[in-house]
Amino acid sequence: METKIKIDHVSKIFGPKPKSVIPLIKEGKTKNEILAETGHTVGVYDASFDIKKGEVFVIMGLSGSGKSTLIRCFNLLNKPTDGSIYIDGEDIVTYKKQDLKKVRQEKIAMVFQHFGLFSHRTILANVEYGLEIRGVSKDERRAIALKNIEIVGLKGYEDKYPDELSGGMQQRVGLARALANDPDILLMDEPFSALDPLIRREMQLELLDIQDRLQKTIIFITHDVNEAFKLGDRVAVMKDGHVVQVGTPEEIIESPANHYISEFIKDIDRSKVFQAEHIMIKPNALVSLKDGLNVAIKEMEENGISSVFVVDRGRRVKGIVTIDDAIQAKKEQKSLSDILRDDYAVVEKEEYINDLIPKALESKYPLAVVNDEDKLIGFILRVHVLSGLVSDDIEESNEYYY
Amino acid sequence: MGSFPDIRTNLGDYVKQFVDFLDTTLEGFFDFIFFISSRTINFLDDLLVTMPWWCFVLIIFLLGWYFKSVFSGILYSLFIFLIGSFGLWEDMMTTIAIILTAVIICLLIGIPVGIWMAFSKGFSNVMRPLLDAMQTMPSFVYLIPAIFFFGLGNVSAIFATLIYALPPVIRLTELAIRGVDQEVIESAQSFGSSRGQMLRKVQLPQALPTIMAGVNQTTMMALSMVVIASMVGAKGLGEQVLVSINRIDIALGFEAGISIVFLAIIIDRVTNGIAAKFQRGIK
Repeated sequence: METKIKIDHVSKIFGPKPKSVIPLIKEGKTKNEILAETGHTVGVYDASFDIKKGEVFVIMGLSGSGKSTLIRCFNLLNKPTDGSIYIDGEDIVTYKKQDLKKVRQEKIAMVFQHFGLFSHRTILANVEYGLEIRGVSKDERRAIALKNIEIVGLKGYEDKYPDELSGGMQQRVGLARALANDPDILLMDEPFSALDPLIRREMQLELLDIQDRLQKTIIFITHDVNEAFKLGDRVAVMKDGHVVQVGTPEEIIESPANHYISEFIKDIDRSKVFQAEHIMIKPNALVSLKDGLNVAIKEMEENGISSVFVVDRGRRVKGIVTIDDAIQAKKEQKSLSDILRDDYAVVEKEEYINDLIPKALESKYPLAVVNDEDKLIGFILRVHVLSGLVSDDIEESNEYYY
Repeated sequence: MGSFPDIRTNLGDYVKQFVDFLDTTLEGFFDFIFFISSRTINFLDDLLVTMPWWCFVLIIFLLGWYFKSVFSGILYSLFIFLIGSFGLWEDMMTTIAIILTAVIICLLIGIPVGIWMAFSKGFSNVMRPLLDAMQTMPSFVYLIPAIFFFGLGNVSAIFATLIYALPPVIRLTELAIRGVDQEVIESAQSFGSSRGQMLRKVQLPQALPTIMAGVNQTTMMALSMVVIASMVGAKGLGEQVLVSINRIDIALGFEAGISIVFLAIIIDRVTNGIAAKFQRGIK
């Protein structure tokens, strides 16, 4: 995928003479040393990474880690003290006022933690704001605004004022206002943090839904690990202004870069990060329809399993046979296709463990994992579902036994 | 031996020289101010005096009704009727004309200055002690240069009133603009608003309720100047109070005094009501 945004050695320093601190950063002094020596606060410390077109890139960190400072660099609400930010290959840090205005009006829109709505304007007028600034004609901006209000599910509220809406609805207005500008890039600064958990979950799903349709490049800030891993195609973890690790949620959970990150992700709900394909095992025993009963029994005996999936030529699952049925059928001279059972459960490889649990509980047999073409690629036993929920450092917890 | 050494700092003389200097160099400017102010007062005064009395009472009732309640409307129109029945109808109109003129000029100067102070820390630092001085200096002192520039009459009264009543609207405008929620400012910026768009479409509307509170205070302070202003020849209710002091006329003094109180109540409640309406519109 092509790179949409590239940030290159970006630092943001706060204090009377920010530029003077840059050499110290190049020397590798820590944030605390710089604060002690010069009295300057380092907001973002030498950050570099790429963001690809159409991905949801989450920046995660605790408060004070510099994530809000960093996201404000992308539209220059904060001008980086040093470094470059390339959007579509152009360094926006060097932009003049007019160019910057154009980028803000056309390419990037932002959604704020406390919504940042204009309380003196109706919902419609709020959503129209960006277009109004650009000089779009009255009728046109009204049409666009109404369309976006509908996208976020607020049709009928156009003439209300923000304070007449609940928090969740206000943030929908914030989102509609950002979308109305049809930006390539959406900056979201802890947009759901001020909402209660139920509404937050609803908004997360809706964001994914909207993203599915509109395919924006989204930079999303959060302090909530579960939210980060749920939404992020890739996640950057920040601490004390440093970007400590960048990777997919699975990569970060599988191999946290340092102790800080493993602490951070300790209480992550793994069932919402790991998918069927991460915990399944590849079948070493597969029986095809034409193989017949004897092969099926032999496969089961050799592998010490009590049931086996039967597939056709295209590896599509036809059914499952149990060892008891097979032996019985052999005595009764039946064929393999006579004893196929179809009360097994099939799961997609992208399904989260969370969703597998009920299926695993209900099913008497292993779960069949299929790919997009419906081909069988693995199976999951109940014990796999359980072990998928526990982190790999089992050895650590063994200490408690001694 | 313990007496103060024989030193005389002639600060007053310097100020006098400065005022003289202003008077001669800025004569045209003062003439212009004089012209505008006197025309505005005369226009408003004529308008108010020629208006049928019941029409004015009705307007007061409607204002009270719209911005407060029916009861307030009735009460305020009763107040106005009472003032008329004291034989002070035309004096009241003159007072209202003077106050209105002073307040209009205060807003024309005060709001832009307040905005400038909100944007410029330096200008704000210069202005703040000046505003403190304007408010704490005994208001009689303003009468002297006022006479000097404009002679006796309503315009001098306006000038003195202006200096006294200007600070609240400036201060509250600055406060209001600075107090606009940072995230709201950021969100306007993030859409690429120019500075003018930001001010017009976001900061001023957001600041309006607080600015209206400043307008209310400025109006009340202008009203509190009417008696003092009458010492430089302003007509109206203030003049009647002054006359009653000279004659030790308790009856007239009370009637004129209570009339000013009535006006104060009406103006305060109505401007407050306007501010509250803005607040509701914006929150």
